[in-house]
Amino acid sequence: MIRLRVTFSKDGALRYTGHLDLHQVWERTIRRAGLPLAYSQGFHPTPKIQLAAALPLGFIGQAEIMDMWLDLDEIETASIAPQLQSAAPPGLTVLSVEQVDERSPALQTQVESAEYEVTLLDPPPADLASHLSAIMEAASLPRERRGKAYDLRPLIEVLTLTSTHLLNSREGQGERVFMRLAAREGATGRPEEVLSILNIPIESARIERIRLLFRQDALE
Amino acid sequence: MRRFHPFSLIQTHSGIIRPMLSPAEIETRLERVLLSVQKPGRYVGGEYNITIKDWDKTPTRVAFIFPDIYDIGVSNVGLKILYDQVNQRPDALAERACLPWVDMEEKMRQHDIPLYSLETKHPLAAFDIIGFSLPYETLYTNVLNAIDLAGIPIRSSQRSAAHPLVIAGGHACFNPEPMHAFIDAFVIGEGEEVIHEIVGVVGKFKGLQVGKLKPSNLPALQRVNVLKELAQIPGVYVPRFHETTYHADGTVAKIETTIPEAPKTITKRICARLPSPPTNFIVPNIDIVHNRVTVEVMRGCTRGCRFCHAGMITRPVRERSVEEIVAAAKQAIAATGFEELALLSLSSSDYTHILSLVQAVSEKFKGQHLTISLPSLRIETVSVDLMEALKERRSSGFTLAPEAATERMRRIINKFIPDEQILATAREIYTRGWTTIKLYFMIGHPSETLEDVQAIAELCKRILAEGRKALGGKARLHAGVGTFVPKPHTPFQWVACDTVEQIEAKQQLLRRELRRGNLKLSWTDPKDTLLEAWLSRGDRRMAEVIYQAWKNGARFDAWGDQRRYEIWMGAFATAGLDPAFYTHRPRHADEVFPWDHISSAVRKKYLFEDFQQSLEGQVRLDCREQCYACGILPTFNAMRKANPGDAWKCPEVKSNKQVAVSS
Repeated sequence: MIRLRVTFSKDGALRYTGHLDLHQVWERTIRRAGLPLAYSQGFHPTPKIQLAAALPLGFIGQAEIMDMWLDLDEIETASIAPQLQSAAPPGLTVLSVEQVDERSPALQTQVESAEYEVTLLDPPPADLASHLSAIMEAASLPRERRGKAYDLRPLIEVLTLTSTHLLNSREGQGERVFMRLAAREGATGRPEEVLSILNIPIESARIERIRLLFRQDALE
Repeated sequence: MRRFHPFSLIQTHSGIIRPMLSPAEIETRLERVLLSVQKPGRYVGGEYNITIKDWDKTPTRVAFIFPDIYDIGVSNVGLKILYDQVNQRPDALAERACLPWVDMEEKMRQHDIPLYSLETKHPLAAFDIIGFSLPYETLYTNVLNAIDLAGIPIRSSQRSAAHPLVIAGGHACFNPEPMHAFIDAFVIGEGEEVIHEIVGVVGKFKGLQVGKLKPSNLPALQRVNVLKELAQIPGVYVPRFHETTYHADGTVAKIETTIPEAPKTITKRICARLPSPPTNFIVPNIDIVHNRVTVEVMRGCTRGCRFCHAGMITRPVRERSVEEIVAAAKQAIAATGFEELALLSLSSSDYTHILSLVQAVSEKFKGQHLTISLPSLRIETVSVDLMEALKERRSSGFTLAPEAATERMRRIINKFIPDEQILATAREIYTRGWTTIKLYFMIGHPSETLEDVQAIAELCKRILAEGRKALGGKARLHAGVGTFVPKPHTPFQWVACDTVEQIEAKQQLLRRELRRGNLKLSWTDPKDTLLEAWLSRGDRRMAEVIYQAWKNGARFDAWGDQRRYEIWMGAFATAGLDPAFYTHRPRHADEVFPWDHISSAVRKKYLFEDFQQSLEGQVRLDCREQCYACGILPTFNAMRKANPGDAWKCPEVKSNKQVAVSS
């Protein structure tokens, strides 16, 4: 069995495909590509696919990461990316494929934090920059999510307005906010929670996860 | 980017006129609402295997709509076939749309988002043809809602040359009358060939429009001329060219044509040979109801169950070869990556080569983690062998459909299976390790008594007792008991539907007897049955009831939690009609039915004879053993002659020459 790590982007109509459904999308893409996806043992075999971190519904993913296991002894990794791409639905773009040690730890346990860029679809509050600084200067930001109280502040690592040179990736859009939030198991910062503090409704924001940051040693 | 006619205006039912939105404008508005509705993936398209053609360079544009939510519509095989047929033409394109769920409808109306196509987000009003699939009647209010959300006038008579042509097809259209006011043209029967003729006519008129004719010639292009030409296509019914008059008692006096071009009777279309099955199914990006590849094994059924609408209207039986089915399945699995393959037909066991098909399929897909389903197996032990051959992992349930539990009832409905055969099959199923048997029954068959219903309970208990012998406490039985609704074009079109009181008494009996231990019972809400009954055998006057119900908020009538009975009762009152007239009235032997001008090619006289035989308890066996002269062969004589051999299960028709020689 070999384990491959696929970096991909998820955009377009696929923005509205949730985490569980994305598993299924990948499963079918791999099958259409004619790759021998490995299955778990047991009474109800399930395909061996791992996504590094759930991407919330509606978010664009610029560089998401998935591991898949194939029932093969060896492989020419260079041919895999085009093979997957030709079988992928619109909106799923394969950026790179590399082979990793089959026994390296589960991807989900290795994610440290995630970077987001938020495009504001409506004119932002006039003093957005000072709001952002106020959040960073706060000692704590008590919040409640699904009936559970927690402090959002320690989960925010970076929060700034995006510098102008990044502004050309999408034409004609409004202000952008950059965030780096914790994404460890049990300690995940959510961009929409930060937006909620800024009084920006999710309908007037386009959220992109730019990349996932792993523990120093994880991706060797 | 895309060209839009500056004068394309749309008018909503509230009377507001506004310019048609461009796809880009629709997408911008969508982005603002999608995150506030359930399952937004329903509304964005972008699936693997969709076809997107160049809008500006393709003259004739068709939108196919399944009038329920995406989760149900996207896997509809009928629409997939038509989608492929149209998209294969260089001069036409086909896109899809479904109905928004109630939360999304609210957002769309709030933000002035018209119903749009999933492929390119064009508003439906920008298409030339809008085609609805109408497999069952409880979708009718959704059709009105779709037309309204598209900004097109609800009534056919209010549409002008600027509006798309609204057509519909599917099994429910064999009684098109309740929807006659809203649909410009119905397709009766199979759509694969006739869709090309319809697209051809519309394309021709459109060509005239953009070509040499000036606005002063516009009268020549009026909608009515398109409709006149469509009415001359065999199998196409244009209701505005027919008129129904009624007797004082409310029954139909006569149905007449209003123009000489319109045929008096519209006979269904069939394909002499089933065209190649579709294989590049659209693969949704979200979870839906049927995530699978479907290959149609055969069309039609020779069993002649008297309650069965599909069995009567889809005749004759035409089979595909094992090779064609297996090749299509293989290609479809490779093209989609789906986990399930369904081999579709009305009665799998009756497929001539069922054993070799099952063998071939199980060999071909062994070890591929594929679930293979073979619906509608006959109640006999060989069915257990068939299922066993297909299952890599045994699923827990096995489904059988006895429909009735006494010999008398089974003779009446013409589905005769002795109890002993049912018990032997059940014994075999439990012994081979299936823990649950699901049984389908119907209550409300003609002349059914409480004893016949009691027998359903007794049979279930005897079957479960077989399970206990084989599996002990693990054995389970699930009885799904539907309620019979008399359907047009069947031998039971003359009978009354049970009243709510009758249905409730029967269901109460079953609940008392069958809700214990490992027996599970499910049943149909009597109100759902009534709604289906009104709509199934309704006449033209029913259109007003449907309109009023829709206007007052009825939609998703097929969804138990959405169907609102009181709205329908109010609609009947407003229209001045008595619902019982449609449901509980036995029809006269010589009654003119509202659908008598629509022919399934099975003669009314034959259906009446069969009805009489039913009352006498006479069964008619499989008609591939003996032809009962239902009317299919005289109607499609030439077609059968041109297609000899055993793909058709009707007797061969000798050519005239041979007849002359032999006589």
